[in-house]
Amino acid sequence: MVHNKIQSGLKDGIPIGVGYFSVSFTFGMMAVKNGISPFHAVLISLLNLTSAGQFAGLNVIVSSGSLMEMALTQLVVNIRYALMSLSLSQKLDSSVHIADRMLIAYGNTDEIFAVGSSKSGTLGKLYMYGLILFPVIGWVGGTLAGAVAGTLLPADIISALGVALYGMFIAIVVPMAKEHREVAVVTVAALVLSTIFYYLPGLKEISSGFTMIICTVLASGLGAVLFPIKEKES
Amino acid sequence: MIYAYIFVMAGITYLIRMLPLTLIQKKISNIYIRSFLYYIPYACLTAMTFPAILYATKSPVSALAGFAVAILLAMKKKSLVTVALFSCGAVFAVERIMEML
Repeated sequence: MVHNKIQSGLKDGIPIGVGYFSVSFTFGMMAVKNGISPFHAVLISLLNLTSAGQFAGLNVIVSSGSLMEMALTQLVVNIRYALMSLSLSQKLDSSVHIADRMLIAYGNTDEIFAVGSSKSGTLGKLYMYGLILFPVIGWVGGTLAGAVAGTLLPADIISALGVALYGMFIAIVVPMAKEHREVAVVTVAALVLSTIFYYLPGLKEISSGFTMIICTVLASGLGAVLFPIKEKES
Repeated sequence: MIYAYIFVMAGITYLIRMLPLTLIQKKISNIYIRSFLYYIPYACLTAMTFPAILYATKSPVSALAGFAVAILLAMKKKSLVTVALFSCGAVFAVERIMEML
């Protein structure tokens, strides 16, 4: 069966939009604090629609990294979307043509992908457009609010909001690691590696973008060698 | 220069999402590549979170409290929003307690 009701897409998108608002608020705030104008911060959010990639990208901009470093950082931080898009391409209904696929690709975030994949049957374009709308509004609106009002907030609140993004990441990783031992091993490996790269003299001089690349490739590679996924699930 | 950064960022991010969705319709059969791709989000999100989270607030002590609360709630499969907000709340509470000490 095809899910193609715009209303059910919109409804499923509301909680994602609310979550995005709180996380992009901190992005807008951090961007302005680092000398990016509110307009540019909003433009980044509108064009990228990705949490980790934008925070990593902001890092590259602030440290005046090269465009090559920016490209490589985005490639590695966001390469997971390639798998999600690949998976989504099998999940979309055959009635969804290439022009629509090109638009839907823009909105394929971790959370939108997770919600879409959890539906049984195939997904139509109207459902996908509905699902994507509120997250985009939440993400862009939150960035604007954070960029404009973030600096007006008391320092205590700003400090507390610093963990919002990480809280969301943890909410994605931990339940999976709890249920799948192989994901837990990969997670622990990534944690140990990034800690080593953060503190060890010699290694800590490597820029955070490249550290991310190295840790991700090593930990995922370890997982692929130790626990190749058996042929199963869609 | 800011527009060059934004252009590269947005361009790469979009291409990563768009190309597989439009070009590759065939399923990848190599289980090692499939597995590698499958593990990437967890490895990447974890490497981004730790130890960076410890320096995201005024003090590593309050950040550690936020980290612990997030893990606890995530173990109980609470939603993204719940985990993020309570984690912030824990940081706020611990920082108020630290002020009183």
